Amino acid sequence: MIPRVTNNSRAPDPGPDPDSTPGTDRDAAADRTPPTPAAPPADPTRGTASDAAPAVHARALTVVRGRRTVLDALSFDVAPGTVTGLLGPSGSGKSTLIRAVVGTQAKVTGTLDVLGHPAGAPPLRSRVGYVTQDPSVYTDLTARQNLDYYAAVLGIPRRDRPAAVDRALTDVDLTDHADDLAGNLSGGQRSRVSLAVALLGTPELLVLDEPTVGLDPVLRRDLWHLFHRLAARGTTLLISSHVMDEADRCEQLLLVREGTLLAAGSPDALRARTGTRTVEDAFLALVETARPASAPHTGEAPA
Amino acid sequence: MSAARTLATARRVLRQLRHDPRTIGLLLFIPVLLLVLLYYVFDADRRSFDSIGASLLGIFPMVTMFLVTSIATLRERTSGTLERLLSMPLAKADLIGGYALAFGVLAVAQAALATAVAVWFLDLDIAGSPWLLLVIALLDALLGTALGLFVSAFAASEFQVVQFMPAVIFPQILLCGLFAPRGSMQPVLEGLSNVLPMSYAVDGMTEVLHHTGATGDFFRDLAVVAGSALLVLTLGAATLRRRTA
Repeated sequence: MIPRVTNNSRAPDPGPDPDSTPGTDRDAAADRTPPTPAAPPADPTRGTASDAAPAVHARALTVVRGRRTVLDALSFDVAPGTVTGLLGPSGSGKSTLIRAVVGTQAKVTGTLDVLGHPAGAPPLRSRVGYVTQDPSVYTDLTARQNLDYYAAVLGIPRRDRPAAVDRALTDVDLTDHADDLAGNLSGGQRSRVSLAVALLGTPELLVLDEPTVGLDPVLRRDLWHLFHRLAARGTTLLISSHVMDEADRCEQLLLVREGTLLAAGSPDALRARTGTRTVEDAFLALVETARPASAPHTGEAPA
Repeated sequence: MSAARTLATARRVLRQLRHDPRTIGLLLFIPVLLLVLLYYVFDADRRSFDSIGASLLGIFPMVTMFLVTSIATLRERTSGTLERLLSMPLAKADLIGGYALAFGVLAVAQAALATAVAVWFLDLDIAGSPWLLLVIALLDALLGTALGLFVSAFAASEFQVVQFMPAVIFPQILLCGLFAPRGSMQPVLEGLSNVLPMSYAVDGMTEVLHHTGATGDFFRDLAVVAGSALLVLTLGAATLRRRTA
């Protein structure tokens, strides 16, 4: 048996101040207790409760780069409609795992299904939004021109593009800088343009690689509120971070270290299991109890 | 492949250039200035200006488009935008087609300006139609775009990619018949020049220089340049990987 994330107990803590959020014109913030059933009805893989198919399903997921095993036999599920944090120190394999989920990572073995398809399958390309660690936007285009191009690539019809672009800009609170060259924006603004690109096609799964790194605390809080609003709309979010204090903003956690999965579960469950007060302490406790090789990393070995 | 995505890509590339007017200026006017320079270099020998000038009209578009494309696609690769695009529903052909289209437009503008100046102001004496020069220039530009796209896969930095220009383009200029007739070269070099596409671009320009109509040789040259461009574009497409280590 393997650590699973499929329970639907949601974290009670959406973060402080749910009312000061960017893009307040849509979706009241962070009421996450009843999962929103507003998903497109045609999609059977999109559910809201624990009996729904997981948004990401990994079994013995392994990635080898050169001679190094970057990810070693990871098994986990990401429940749909949740905010799942992928936490671990830098170099632990977070970005590789994210690239595997998005389908840009080579040499992936084991099982990795995303929204019911093998990761990287062509039908997923418009259903999964991906934000790379460094903002991947054209610095010599304005924010709006960037979004307009990506919207075209995502297949949004020309007449719907301006509205989709405006909505994404509003979501990341960048309407004031819509016509600035991306290269002239600050680092944080540029990464929000990059995030806005991922929001364009209203993807069912959003995969974000360290989206809050280097942002000021206010902006960071606002982004987490945005993430929870998106989850309330039915979007699944998988968000990596190496900052442990962001753990409590997630409903579910995947703790990784040196390419292995230390534990999975809600922040509360992890703290309870390890008898610690913070997720950081829980992480340390898990590292210390982890046995090399044979024994399961979580130390609790469910059989 | 989708026409909408190809056109959107072409428009995006042109929009990027529009934010960089200096590059556009350099692209359009350097060939003209070089032709004027050449005109006065051959002040006493106008016949040489005719033949070398016509050849240069075939060489400029390939060189500039090679540089522009190799650096533009290297930037796509290193900035993460390529990875992002390839995680989206964009066919590789859309991306390559978009680049080819955008730089093709630019190449037509560049070649039209250079040809117009050469024919009207510098009295470049060609027997055939200037339109035929334009057609070759366009195909040449596509070949340069294709080569640039291809080599960008083998460069990790702008420093490296610029070094591909002396490696890929200079030998073709030396062997294309600009400096010495290809038939008079050492036989191994002549054989080599027979397989390098720029030789055919320059041959095609020479055909237009000497013949009033489009000759059979002209069409053969055209076909070789177009075929080479397609071949290298296909190779370039193979270097775009959705999954990378």
